[in-house]
Amino acid sequence: MSIDLPIIWAALIAIAVLAYVLLDGFDLGIGILFAVEHEDEDRDVLVNSVAPVWDGNETWLILGGGGLFAVFPLAYATIMPAFYPTIIAMLLALVFRGVAFEFRFRTTTRRGRAWWDRAFSVGSTVAAFCQGLTLGGLLHGVNVVNRQYVGGWFDWLSPFSVLCGAAVVIGFTLLGSCWLIWRTEGALQDRARRRARALGIATLALIVVVSIWTPFLEQPFMDRWFGWPGIVLTSPVPILMALLAWGFFRAIERKQEIAPFLYAQGWFVLCYAGLGISIWPLMVPPSISIWEAAAPPASQLFLLVGAVVLIPTILAYTAYAYWLFRGKVKPGMHYH
Amino acid sequence: MALIDAVFLARLQFAFTVGFHIVLPSFSIGLASYLMVLEALWLRTGRQVYLDVFQYWLKIFAIGFAMGVVSGLVMSYQFGTNWGVFADKAGPVIGPLMGYEVLTAFFLEAGFLGVMLFGLGRVGRGLHFLATCLVAFGTLLSAFWILSVNSWMQTPAGYTMTQDGRFLPADWWAVIFNPSFPYRLPHMVIASYLSVAFVVGAVGAWHLLRDRQNQAARLMFSMAMWMAVIVAPIQMMVGDQHGLNTLEHQPAKVAALEGDFDRVPGTPLILFGWPNMQQARTDYAVEIPHLGALILTHSWNGAVPGLKEFPREDWPYSPVVFWAFRIMVGLGVLMTLMGLYGLFRRWQGRLYSSPWLLRGMVAMAPAGFIAVLAGWTTTEVGRQPFTVYGMLRTADSISPIALPGVAVSLAAFAVVYFIVFGAGLVFLLRLMAKPPTTGESGPPPQVPVRTAGITPAPVMSIQPGAGE
Repeated sequence: MSIDLPIIWAALIAIAVLAYVLLDGFDLGIGILFAVEHEDEDRDVLVNSVAPVWDGNETWLILGGGGLFAVFPLAYATIMPAFYPTIIAMLLALVFRGVAFEFRFRTTTRRGRAWWDRAFSVGSTVAAFCQGLTLGGLLHGVNVVNRQYVGGWFDWLSPFSVLCGAAVVIGFTLLGSCWLIWRTEGALQDRARRRARALGIATLALIVVVSIWTPFLEQPFMDRWFGWPGIVLTSPVPILMALLAWGFFRAIERKQEIAPFLYAQGWFVLCYAGLGISIWPLMVPPSISIWEAAAPPASQLFLLVGAVVLIPTILAYTAYAYWLFRGKVKPGMHYH
Repeated sequence: MALIDAVFLARLQFAFTVGFHIVLPSFSIGLASYLMVLEALWLRTGRQVYLDVFQYWLKIFAIGFAMGVVSGLVMSYQFGTNWGVFADKAGPVIGPLMGYEVLTAFFLEAGFLGVMLFGLGRVGRGLHFLATCLVAFGTLLSAFWILSVNSWMQTPAGYTMTQDGRFLPADWWAVIFNPSFPYRLPHMVIASYLSVAFVVGAVGAWHLLRDRQNQAARLMFSMAMWMAVIVAPIQMMVGDQHGLNTLEHQPAKVAALEGDFDRVPGTPLILFGWPNMQQARTDYAVEIPHLGALILTHSWNGAVPGLKEFPREDWPYSPVVFWAFRIMVGLGVLMTLMGLYGLFRRWQGRLYSSPWLLRGMVAMAPAGFIAVLAGWTTTEVGRQPFTVYGMLRTADSISPIALPGVAVSLAAFAVVYFIVFGAGLVFLLRLMAKPPTTGESGPPPQVPVRTAGITPAPVMSIQPGAGE
């Protein structure tokens, strides 16, 4: 039996991107929530709840980008130019947001603090929105001829991609709110719970609209979702989604603390699976498949040797770090 | 060259982003090793002053490292956004090397940085020292992979080519240890050490100018002056060997950086001048006869290649290479002289009380980093007009992004980087402006200067409410 290297790598990259979404999603959401949390004390709690882990979360994005370059160079070489504006805006937003973690504690003036708080908030929002735009644009398809992107500047811009952008922003804010239900207490937790309910409804509505819209973008998506035998694989997705939605709202009503976060993460996993079902076996819709995008076996095998050792190790470390930082983050720590 | 096109702006954008980035890893590489030495000395001697200096620089290391993470994130996407064709064609060879860089750096960062920053006194000294060593080793490992990629672009080896001009790996060993790599790696690592030595020396000198009795400042200054006098000359020798390697594999680059257009026996060394690309001669040249031949061929009447031997379309833009090289070498000489001056003062027993030595060291704080940037400009602009030397032209490597797009993104990068890294520099300088004290504290554990690292469990109990 021969090993299908491109499939293994596609799975690994998919895991890296999913890890990124699940891990960085809520901490971008925390940044977005700065727009409605104005008190210094609350903001400190928000930042401190994610400070120990954010940078590890973001490294999955480097792994996604670097990994794509390493093992699917054609995908990397066509997606990046196609989404030039959204990728660069996302990177710059992440730079702002990343340093704001440090800098907001290092400034000595109120104005400085306000400025870096804004950088944190706006940076997080823009990064999330750009990720959604890129996703929407990718589903719309990338115009590639002769191994090069041949589309225009704003091919990624469409009502669908803007909707995806909004969905990601709202969805990440939901994750951020659920994180706060888990990690905070008192008035802050109450506010987070109220917001999570509203954001849950909004996110669910957006997921439904995006899911219904997606099959109409490309005929293959339509065939996959509603044709036989694809429907055997696809029909459980909406059913599971309904179950998770029911679980989420019940957990909110019962004032459970960890469950809402896990349910909301479950929504994202399902959406991600749905996305995978739509575009499989393509790497860059509508024309480049996983195998066409793949680097030669020698390249993929060379990196795989390291990846099979290091990726599980990294996952284990990450799990351990979260374990160490478990528990409520309390207000009242004033640093400066 | 007067023409500003998308290729030029894309190059400028890459140069700008990598130019900002390169300083931070250099700082981390050098500082991590310095911290390792300080901790080793502390463990051996038990003297408080080593621990004080260690804690002082650890705080600075944390901020520098964090800035390196965000600027590095940008780099991992730049190859695709602006250099898509290059990424597609060279990706199968250099992609996995960069993949290893990300994986190993990630691995070591995730595992040990947290312990290094916050674990002292909580995990036991031996384990903490191990973490410091592994972080230092991790920075070197990153340098290993990145410089392997960079060297492969300069002196490609171990590959085959497909019909449509893509590079495929044939022999990984030959790819990684390509001809210029064994020279470039030590040159860059030593450059990092030297850069940090001059920053540490400058900080020590700055505080000695205010308080000559500050023991920690004395230690910094003394160690930095030893580094300067020992390492700067070594760097010159390594650089010389690197130059000979370049002469063997990239003669046109050497011709450009020497300002030589014609091959003449007993090639003179042009000290200063202005390489005139149109007229193919170096104007206003001030030269020393035979010295160029002596340095590069080790013979009195040897001849160094001239640019005219190469097709004109293969010429690197000589004025930039020529001057960048002179800035690097000039600073190298200056750093060596500074080291010797320091040695002389030490021999006189006046190392800490020589105002001009102290002031000179303060003035030379950025010397190492400027030399790094100049050296990097020399080698990268000297590689032009190719991305993969001799094989893939820069003009054929670019993504199909038109001028306005590249211009707008370049402007955005410039604005954001100046704000973000400008602020970062202010915070770093503020830390450096505080004199080191006895019983220096480490990075405050309650301030979230956190990275991916795992912080040892007891730290958590000082974290607001964690673990309860």
